[in-house]
Amino acid sequence: MTSARKLDLKVYAGLILFGIITPILFPNYTSQVAVMWLMVLMAVTWDMTGGQMGYNSLGNVIFFGLGMYASAVVQISMFADVAKYTASFGAMYVEFTEVQYFTGLSLGIVVGGIVATLFALLIGPFMLGLRGPYFAIGTLGLAVAVAELIAGWGYVGAGSGISMPVYPGVAGESTFVWYILLGVTALLAHLFVRWLYSTQFGLAMNAIRDDEDKAEAMGIRTTRYKVLTWAASAFFLGMGGAIFGNMSGFIEPLEVAFPTATFGIFMVAMALLGGKGTLWGPVLGAILFHIVKEATWTYLLGWQWVALGAIIIINIVYFQQGILGWAQDKWPAAFGLTVDRGPEDQPTGDTRPEAAE
Amino acid sequence: MFENLYLVYLAPLMGVDLILQGLFIGALFALIAYGLALVWGVMNVKNLAQGDMVILGGYISYQATLWGFHPMLAMPVAIVLMFGLGWLIYALIIRRVVDRDMFTSLLATFGLSLLIQQVLNLIYGPEVKVAESGFGNFQLDTFIIIQNVRLYSLLIAGALAIAIVIFMKKSRMGQAIRATAQDARAARVLGINTDRVYAFTYALNASICGAAGVLVAMIWVIQPYYGIVYSIRAFIIVTAAGLGNLPGVILTGFGLGAWENVAGFMFGAEFAVAAVVIMLVLVLMYRLLQSYRVRQVVR
Repeated sequence: MTSARKLDLKVYAGLILFGIITPILFPNYTSQVAVMWLMVLMAVTWDMTGGQMGYNSLGNVIFFGLGMYASAVVQISMFADVAKYTASFGAMYVEFTEVQYFTGLSLGIVVGGIVATLFALLIGPFMLGLRGPYFAIGTLGLAVAVAELIAGWGYVGAGSGISMPVYPGVAGESTFVWYILLGVTALLAHLFVRWLYSTQFGLAMNAIRDDEDKAEAMGIRTTRYKVLTWAASAFFLGMGGAIFGNMSGFIEPLEVAFPTATFGIFMVAMALLGGKGTLWGPVLGAILFHIVKEATWTYLLGWQWVALGAIIIINIVYFQQGILGWAQDKWPAAFGLTVDRGPEDQPTGDTRPEAAE
Repeated sequence: MFENLYLVYLAPLMGVDLILQGLFIGALFALIAYGLALVWGVMNVKNLAQGDMVILGGYISYQATLWGFHPMLAMPVAIVLMFGLGWLIYALIIRRVVDRDMFTSLLATFGLSLLIQQVLNLIYGPEVKVAESGFGNFQLDTFIIIQNVRLYSLLIAGALAIAIVIFMKKSRMGQAIRATAQDARAARVLGINTDRVYAFTYALNASICGAAGVLVAMIWVIQPYYGIVYSIRAFIIVTAAGLGNLPGVILTGFGLGAWENVAGFMFGAEFAVAAVVIMLVLVLMYRLLQSYRVRQVVR
């Protein structure tokens, strides 16, 4: 246990060091690395339900987008009329003083997280009753539905979106603010899940993943655990969405706030690439995925999306256990796992359970 | 928001028109959903690329119009081309996910759908396209105007459905497909090459989608990213009707078409997609309540 703890501390220290050094040495890459922290945040929060609890959501972007919109509404409504502001399509320029801006921003981020959590608590009991592929399709459908509903809602600017309040400080400074905010949120989320997985709550989550009916028969209130886990992941994702909305400066329902075809699938692909159901897998997967994505962006003019789709297919079809999952199979001892290979002297009939139909 | 409702109240025949138009479209939805149910039932793969295959078929007919042919002529071409493409996709991707858990097939086909979208986007651009059929309308009443193309598409969809049903009942391959759906292992023991059956099933589904896509491009518009809505429609229909329930699939398809058309008119066109997707959530909720009653694992 202690050696694993030491290793975790080393990795945290390394990542924090990397996080501090990068914007100093390579200031031009700050916004790319900021997005990388967002990707880490997404992969880690997706893995809470997808990897640890076995509920593969394809629609976690709902929380991302809701957080984004909630913070936008809060930030604007504190000092201006939201309906008028959105109706003017960015023509109405509101000068925010620094104090106003930062109060609005910090309140917006927290409210973004809370709104996402409340929404998860509201829909959780229904959606999490669906199992397996039905849950995945249901969440995907819900994400599309929420995006379409917001695209038809005039109060928040409908399909034409909202221009976010302009950052009041020096130009170029804002990038570092988003960088720090996203990095810290990702770190907090990871510290939270690391603590969560070490508690009895984490054991219950894993029990639900391994066999939900058995877990329920053992007296675990599965629905309660499922909803709370989803709500916790929604909280961090909502905060991430609130920050990213401010970072991109303009929010819009289909491409920025509820991008089921980009971030929605990226978070799944990243968690799978690194190894789902492991503590560091999503982090590793997110970093690698982001590097590959940025590299293909630069060199594959126009074909990057095709390449990305191909990468996702190959990752899922040929290499589903992910990097850390593969490593865990190969060197279980290094992960502190003991593998029960079964009594050697028993007649070796095929005792493995049939593959699930 | 409800002015349109009042309009229908004033002119009830307008409501008839709305429902009729929806029913014509619903035939296409039923066709697409039947393909999905086929793949789902036989090989337990949930094909999220269903809608993108439809859109791909649509672009084949659009390409035909670019070359100066009538889009209807693209139908046999689309069927053959999509059959080949379906076989290729099976050999490259689907074969490896058939025996895996369902989420794998769902994600792999989602990746596939992204791939198809992006390739189409690169070739044709993100603009909305339509394959002009040039068929006229005929008027039954002041309010009931029927586009001939919708009527033809209903007839063609019906003919295709009947052909598929006869094929499944009578032909050797159709019998093999049904046997594999019942029990793949027993079918293998009895000498059926299930791998070939799977490949054929997936390819057949792709050509059904291609044929439906040709009709969609003539009736409506196509755009690289419109596929997901067709996938969702197909999922709604199959989930609501259940697998292997052909009359149910057809009825639900008609119902969904009518609902969509009516809802799009009542709440405004910008809520038409939302109306469809909310229907999915409602159907899933209904299934959930049902499974609570039975209390068994829904796989």
